[in-house]
Amino acid sequence: MNTTDLATYNFAYLDEQTKRMIRRAILKAIAIPGYQVPFASREMPMPYGWGTGGVQVTAAILGPDDVLKVIDQGADDTTNAVSIRAFFQKVANVAVTTKTREATIIQTRHRIPEEKLTAGQTLVYQVPIPEPLRFLEPRETETRKMHALEEYGLMHVKLYEDIAKNGHIATTYAYPVKVEGRYVMDPSPTPKFDNPKMHRSEALQLFGAGREKRIYAVPPYTDVVSLDFEDHPFEIQTFDKPCALCGAKNVYLDEVVLDDRGGRMFVCSDTDHCEDRCANGHRGHLAYNKEAAE
Amino acid sequence: MTDTPLLKVRDISKFYGARIGCQNVSFDLWPGEVLAIVGESGSGKTTLLNCLATRLMPTSGAVEYRMRDGQMRDLSRMSEAERRFLMRTDWGFVHQNPADGLRMAVSAGANVGERLMAVGERHYGNIRETAGSWLGRVEISVDRIDDQPRDFSGGMRQRLQIARNLVTSPRLIFMDEPTGGLDVSVQARLLDLLRGLVQDLGLSAIIVTHDLAVARLLSHRMMVMKDGLVIEQGLTDRVLDDPREAYTQLLVSSILQV
Repeated sequence: MNTTDLATYNFAYLDEQTKRMIRRAILKAIAIPGYQVPFASREMPMPYGWGTGGVQVTAAILGPDDVLKVIDQGADDTTNAVSIRAFFQKVANVAVTTKTREATIIQTRHRIPEEKLTAGQTLVYQVPIPEPLRFLEPRETETRKMHALEEYGLMHVKLYEDIAKNGHIATTYAYPVKVEGRYVMDPSPTPKFDNPKMHRSEALQLFGAGREKRIYAVPPYTDVVSLDFEDHPFEIQTFDKPCALCGAKNVYLDEVVLDDRGGRMFVCSDTDHCEDRCANGHRGHLAYNKEAAE
Repeated sequence: MTDTPLLKVRDISKFYGARIGCQNVSFDLWPGEVLAIVGESGSGKTTLLNCLATRLMPTSGAVEYRMRDGQMRDLSRMSEAERRFLMRTDWGFVHQNPADGLRMAVSAGANVGERLMAVGERHYGNIRETAGSWLGRVEISVDRIDDQPRDFSGGMRQRLQIARNLVTSPRLIFMDEPTGGLDVSVQARLLDLLRGLVQDLGLSAIIVTHDLAVARLLSHRMMVMKDGLVIEQGLTDRVLDDPREAYTQLLVSSILQV
């Protein structure tokens, strides 16, 4: 028997009706920036929390000509990123890349690439809890009403608590933003370092929450403003040292423990950005030195 | 006092299926006036209060409220957004159980500041300062500003709830058994505080209570309810000193004399 006679997956795993349903939700989400659109989230061949929402959004927008990049905490080579990339290679046979500028679709878990995204690219976020008000107001009926009536005082109660407890706004990830002056949105657990990159981004940003069954979006060139107080303005994280491998400054760094004697290094969380810089001859103080090794 | 009432209630009825919650209640509330609604458990006091405060939709009848611009508005014809705005600015609602009216997991300061933030205050220093001064006014020491209400005693929680409601200088406060569940000395302090605040701020208030002493201390006028109907109303001293209805006489004579 010829292998082509065997039943195979539909292109990009989901059936066409499901993709239509998800595309409708995406279109609605784009039409109302920051609004959480409910959708009939499907079971995916992976557990909730591993990016079922992001995978469904990617599957719905993926075409045969797309080039896919998947990152997990900025890295292209960790389990989640590798598995999802392999998944789409298998079920859609699309080209994949680790290069930010070559990708047309970038599915991300909790980072925005350091390299500026450009028009035509789409960033797909995996979202665990889409509701920014959830931890303050447990009732879904109430939070929906609060969004509808634009009652966002509660969001500032959270920031107030931060300052009262810590002297500054201690929220460092999932930092709430206001989209296009209307909806308050949870940018998924990206570090607040990445919030300014969302503002008037040229790329389309889509957010999928599989377990919570919500899709929301930030269309290109949309205002995304982080919430703050007049006397405690929004600030991003800063690092005292550059990346130990590529020497990059003003990027988001991960801490890597080197030994059990307190040794540690700080390296770019965006692996592609780091490799790119190393290839172009940038060196940090712990960079691998080929000549010295030989 | 002006020549128009603050709240105009006409023939409010609320039925739960065939059962009566309250029936054909009408009255006017004037600015600066405190009205007590008394009666035994199940007489429809709380149902009536919830109908007035738009927490329940009455089956029939109308409640009109004089807005800050002087216009009388029918509450049932307002949009939900307007009603909710009214509830967190011009009104207050003090629950019997403070846990219903407070956010137990956020600090006292944030509890008081929430309404300010809800109406657009975005200056942390100012919010904190206002919250601190309100804590002082309800006799909570300012160094407790960062403590959560779950660490507070029952009386303190109730006072915090009152501060939280008064911070936007409302004109009308609804109170559902504000002293319920507190011991007598704490009750006395709370009543004293309430009486002072109502007088200083020129608040109007509607207080539901089964405790005639509370009505005597706080209210100018009172209504006695039984089986969902208002059976007697008048000046507080008149009703308590010279009750006309048999049921009111029974109620007044049931007070324990120590």
